Amino acid sequence: MCQNSGLAEISRARQEWEEEVGKLPARQQKFMTVSSVPVKALYTPEDIRDLDYMKDLNFPGSYPYTRGVQKNMYRGRLWTMRQFSGFATAKESNERYRYLLSQGQTGLSVAFDMPTIMGYDSDHPRAFGEVGRVGVAIDSLDDMETLFSQIPLDKITTSMTINAPAAVLWCLYIATAEKQGVPPHKLGGTIQNDILKEYIAQKSWIFPPEPSLRLITDIFAFAAQHVPKWNTVSISGYHIREAGSTAVQELAFTLADGFAYVEAGIAAGLDVDTFAPRLSFFFNSHMDFFEEIAKYRAARRIWARRMKEKYGAKDERSLLMRFHTQTAGCSLTAQQPENNIIRTAYEALAAVLGGTQSLHTNSMDEVLALPTEKAVRIALRTQQIIAEETGVANTIDPLAGSYFVEALTNQMEEECEKYFERIEAFGGVLPAIDAGFFQQEIADAAYRYQQEIEKKERIIVGVNEYVTDEELGIELLKIDPRIEEEQKARVRKVRETRDNIVCANRLEALRQAASGPDNLIPLILDAVRAYATEGEIIQVFRDVFGTYKEKPIF
Amino acid sequence: MGERKIRVLVAKPGLDGHDRGAKVVARALRDAGMEVVYTGLHQTPEQVVEAAIQEDVDIIGLSILSGAHMTIFPRICELLKENSAGDIMVIGGGIIPEEDIRELISNGNASAIFTPGTATSEIVDWIREAMREKVSHKEGVS
Repeated sequence: MCQNSGLAEISRARQEWEEEVGKLPARQQKFMTVSSVPVKALYTPEDIRDLDYMKDLNFPGSYPYTRGVQKNMYRGRLWTMRQFSGFATAKESNERYRYLLSQGQTGLSVAFDMPTIMGYDSDHPRAFGEVGRVGVAIDSLDDMETLFSQIPLDKITTSMTINAPAAVLWCLYIATAEKQGVPPHKLGGTIQNDILKEYIAQKSWIFPPEPSLRLITDIFAFAAQHVPKWNTVSISGYHIREAGSTAVQELAFTLADGFAYVEAGIAAGLDVDTFAPRLSFFFNSHMDFFEEIAKYRAARRIWARRMKEKYGAKDERSLLMRFHTQTAGCSLTAQQPENNIIRTAYEALAAVLGGTQSLHTNSMDEVLALPTEKAVRIALRTQQIIAEETGVANTIDPLAGSYFVEALTNQMEEECEKYFERIEAFGGVLPAIDAGFFQQEIADAAYRYQQEIEKKERIIVGVNEYVTDEELGIELLKIDPRIEEEQKARVRKVRETRDNIVCANRLEALRQAASGPDNLIPLILDAVRAYATEGEIIQVFRDVFGTYKEKPIF
Repeated sequence: MGERKIRVLVAKPGLDGHDRGAKVVARALRDAGMEVVYTGLHQTPEQVVEAAIQEDVDIIGLSILSGAHMTIFPRICELLKENSAGDIMVIGGGIIPEEDIRELISNGNASAIFTPGTATSEIVDWIREAMREKVSHKEGVS
């Protein structure tokens, strides 16, 4: 595209140039992306000779949306600055949320502790030592009311990183809003609810895949009717990448999961356009600047093309890949942690240039502990500086037309299609999980990456080069161990003060329904309104659905 | 007995599912010629200790990224002693602050902690050295 001189002339000149360059010394034997993909010294019009502007790029807000999902992108409204946070108890987290909102953050993102993520109440033996450690502990409606105290749920949107027990936490949120007088149709937000990537990478599963998918399609159906502004799944590549995958694997596996949810919804009898507009995505932003930007651009194009051509979506909103981005936790280093501010800034810039809808920037100390308030503020300021000072939000998709970026975008799409074929050969995502395919691919990539660092084929500043013996110069957040006891007391008090007959009846009704075909969401809502705890509800499902076991491979 | 390979149990206690580090280390130890058993995820301290005894390992490597290290390390060491397996060495890695590392080591609840950024070759060398010392110590005693 866009040649004044012919390709033949460019090709001739390129060959001459290559010959000359070949005689010059190079500072490295090989040049590759963070995903170990070789990078050429130069990209020219030859690399995008088949690119068709209207077919492959088109305008922002037009199919296949390579240049962005909205017509005006950040000229209309900046991305949502959404910092993921939560720790200790609902009260402490509520204070942090109100602080973040007062500092100009525009949406909330809740991090839960491990017992909540795994469906155990804080006083369960398996919760020992883990209450409030990596996120906030939520056991019942009582905690959820505290978590959102003085935060009007009709004014803000909330993202909740919760998967296996997502239906329960979502119901807790809806019930909390009811108590504030906010009806479900006014609620906006996201539940991660992406169980497939749990089996693949993040490994916080509870039930086997089939009943897990049933809970997800129940959510699709309930949301379409009652909570229409809610994003019912945030199909996540983030954790796949953190587990060690390459950029292409992140993209291909995430999209494959997305298509699997679409197929599950269709198989459950839903029209694709009733639920697909509420599917959203969540990607990682790692250190390789151009590779990441190409990944986001390719993601939009692949999703739109398949949704239209393969799944017959007619509603334009079903074709739009809207995504959240988080900078790469795995790229941060425990050594010289202040350097992580710089890493995060470049990663955030890539996400913005890739057209993200919302963004979380990691804090410099997250490789050591949960972040302090100061570290979180710097992370948020990083986004504000990009938005207000760098000028990158002034024009849409500014890297379009770059020979390199367009060639990489095409390459991403091609490599993805190859992975789709391999997954298809297993019979789809679930059989591929069962065969350990994704898990092995990711483990291999993670090992290769580590080997590259150890052989110094890859330099990580402060880790295998530019090393200093400086003492750690930053303060870390400490979680008071007494929090566990306090939270245990709180959940016990809820069990003592609620109407236990009503609660038991509602749990029994849920148990009956779980073995039948009815939508479970109304019954979960009834149970949480009666202050049934998360652990009690999940135990009902454990009894009926069973639990998942992984074959450990390395 | 000099030919016996070093036997390592790589374990993921606690509720978190972050197994990247555990798997990379397990593979590096195996590539370095050790016998490696990996427990898989979500293990209780009881399950870890049972596996360690059953597999007759020399050393347990705990990977903890859930912040629960200050309860899990002591619990595992306590269980090892209760089961007369106190000679199994315990090391670990994960998101563990410096201050906690000092405390775990000084209380004898860990022999070494390797934080993010550690080269796997460093862990391999450390284990080999520790096992050599253990053997020569035993020979010295008997």
